Amino acid sequence: MENNLIHIKNIHLAFGGTQALLNVSLEIKEKEILAIIGPNGAGKTSLLNCISGFYRPYKGEIIYQNMDLTKVAPHKIAKLGIARTFQNIELYTGLNTLDNLMAARHIHMKRGAFWDGIYFGPRRREDIKHRKFVEEVIDLLELEPVRKKIVGSLPYGQRKRVDLARALCMNPKILLLDEPMAGMNVEEKEDMARFILDIFELREIAVVLVEHNMDVVMDISDRIAVLDFGTKIAEGSPDDIKGDPKVIRAYLGAGQS
Amino acid sequence: MRPCGVFDERYETDMAIIRTWQHWTILLGTIGLLFCIPLFASYYFISLLNGIFITSVMVLGLQIIMGYCGQVSLGQAAFMAVGGFVSALLTLKLGLSFWLALPLSGLSAGLIGLIGGAPSLRVKEFYLAMSTVAIHYVIIWLITHLKITGYTQGLVAPPPAIGNFVFNTEERMYYIILMVTLLLTFYARNLIRGNVGRIFIAIRDNDLAAEVMGVNIFKYKMLAFFVSCFYAGIAGSLLAHWYQIVNVEQFTLNHALLYIGMIIVGGMGSIPGAFFGVFLLRLLDEFVLTVSPMLAHKFPQLGMTPAASLGVMCFGIVLVLFLLYEPRGIAHRWEIFKASYRIYPYRK
Ligand SMILES: Nc1ncnc2c1ncn2[C@@H]1O[C@H](COP(=O)(O)OP(=O)(O)OP(=O)(O)O)[C@@H](O)[C@H]1O
Ligand SMILES: [Mg+2]
Repeated sequence: MENNLIHIKNIHLAFGGTQALLNVSLEIKEKEILAIIGPNGAGKTSLLNCISGFYRPYKGEIIYQNMDLTKVAPHKIAKLGIARTFQNIELYTGLNTLDNLMAARHIHMKRGAFWDGIYFGPRRREDIKHRKFVEEVIDLLELEPVRKKIVGSLPYGQRKRVDLARALCMNPKILLLDEPMAGMNVEEKEDMARFILDIFELREIAVVLVEHNMDVVMDISDRIAVLDFGTKIAEGSPDDIKGDPKVIRAYLGAGQS
Repeated sequence: MRPCGVFDERYETDMAIIRTWQHWTILLGTIGLLFCIPLFASYYFISLLNGIFITSVMVLGLQIIMGYCGQVSLGQAAFMAVGGFVSALLTLKLGLSFWLALPLSGLSAGLIGLIGGAPSLRVKEFYLAMSTVAIHYVIIWLITHLKITGYTQGLVAPPPAIGNFVFNTEERMYYIILMVTLLLTFYARNLIRGNVGRIFIAIRDNDLAAEVMGVNIFKYKMLAFFVSCFYAGIAGSLLAHWYQIVNVEQFTLNHALLYIGMIIVGGMGSIPGAFFGVFLLRLLDEFVLTVSPMLAHKFPQLGMTPAASLGVMCFGIVLVLFLLYEPRGIAHRWEIFKASYRIYPYRK
């Protein structure tokens, strides 16, 4: 129990008539890559949204640091050390890469908006300190060439990478990645997988990876949970999951079983 | 503005706004020139500049809330009225000095602005705009129905003074207005380049993501409303003591729309853009004022006052032209010019 970071207990989530999550329980452990897989509409994104406080389950709780995250505002959850990326890249399109990343340092900045307007002195020193942190992330994710480019104008693959970099700049304890490789070409996918492993080794944080690409999932994850129609149908090591008949059935479609 | 081949070697210099000695020369030269203007310019020209600078302070505030934070506010003229009336009341009724009344009028407009901004927690865009229109009418209604604000007649606002020196001429007011404008421009520019500015833009561009990234959206929206209404209040106070009278006619919904037109023409989300917009539309005004008497002379059938209708018409046409051909305003042209200067003598 010691290395449990997040304990999701029997959560239920519904939108009108559709039951997006049904009695899902899951543990997120320290220093592991947990993959969440499942067919389209299985509820993977919904599960991440519940953790980051975006969606509110009507039943169940998500325990983190002795708090129930289902009752905490999203911006406070971020401050508790949970960062994420989005399936459909949600960047600040009008800012350049650097400012997108600097904006993520917000949670580590001392408040005091008044001094921002004076800028020179302590505020500038603080900005420089954060800039150094951001530059390390830029190095790690090889974003140097686009540092000063407006992110709205970047190609898809690079925007995905900026999205990941932004989450990383929050220096989180838990990193939630929603399909970081979707829509990428093979080369970009390989880069992304490498980045995720680099981050994992360097920061020693928990990574939750939602992904459709089975090869990647089997390669890099320590543990896999499978969702189908809002319920967890299997959980275990990559080898267990590969041979699980329920998983195979879910992926082939219920009609063909 | 940076010539080709100048690169930064430290984060400090990379983050600076003014980076080269050429920059400094241009900046200090411009400020120096601004201070010298009363020495040679005509009374009329100085009074024109006074009006332009006061409007610029107002529009800077609007730029913060609308251009940067993305919240439409049609209540700015009313918040300006709050500043103007508070300042007049404090100096006239309580005998406070202008130098104290000025920041207090900014603060009180800012606080009223928080009420105006509160609906932004729930509503966005068009609906927020409508709720700020409602705030506008409530404020104006109160001012015209209260004895303390002098009903529709308004109030007298005594000119600022230091000891026996009274700022009662255009030149003297010019220095006060210029100093306040420079100070508030400096403040706005720094606010925008730092953490607060990034958060404002983050809210404008993607409020959902900003929230997940740890931004307390409501708090920052309220901050944006506070700052922008503070600017409006300061502008209102300056206007009151410059005219030496405050009256609701100076703060109509038309004014609020004109200010929005100014940031569209000047460029949303740009500090220089605020000034560009004010300058261009004021020049347009001046143009109309000189042209319309000639028109009235040539075509007497138009009636006595073509100036008013012509002014509104020109404003409309210019606005539509900008929305069609340069929706990012003059500031965007300026950026393109700066970028090409940066790589000169090479070309893209
Ligand atoms: N905001 C919402 N409003 C209504 N229904 C929603 C909403 N979000 C998700 N759903 C529904 O909940 C179910 C689960 O959706 P979710 O996005 O979590 O699936 P997913 O596993 O992430 O799928 P994909 O692989 O396509 O991303 C779907 O039936 C979806 O239509
Ligand atoms: Mg999804």
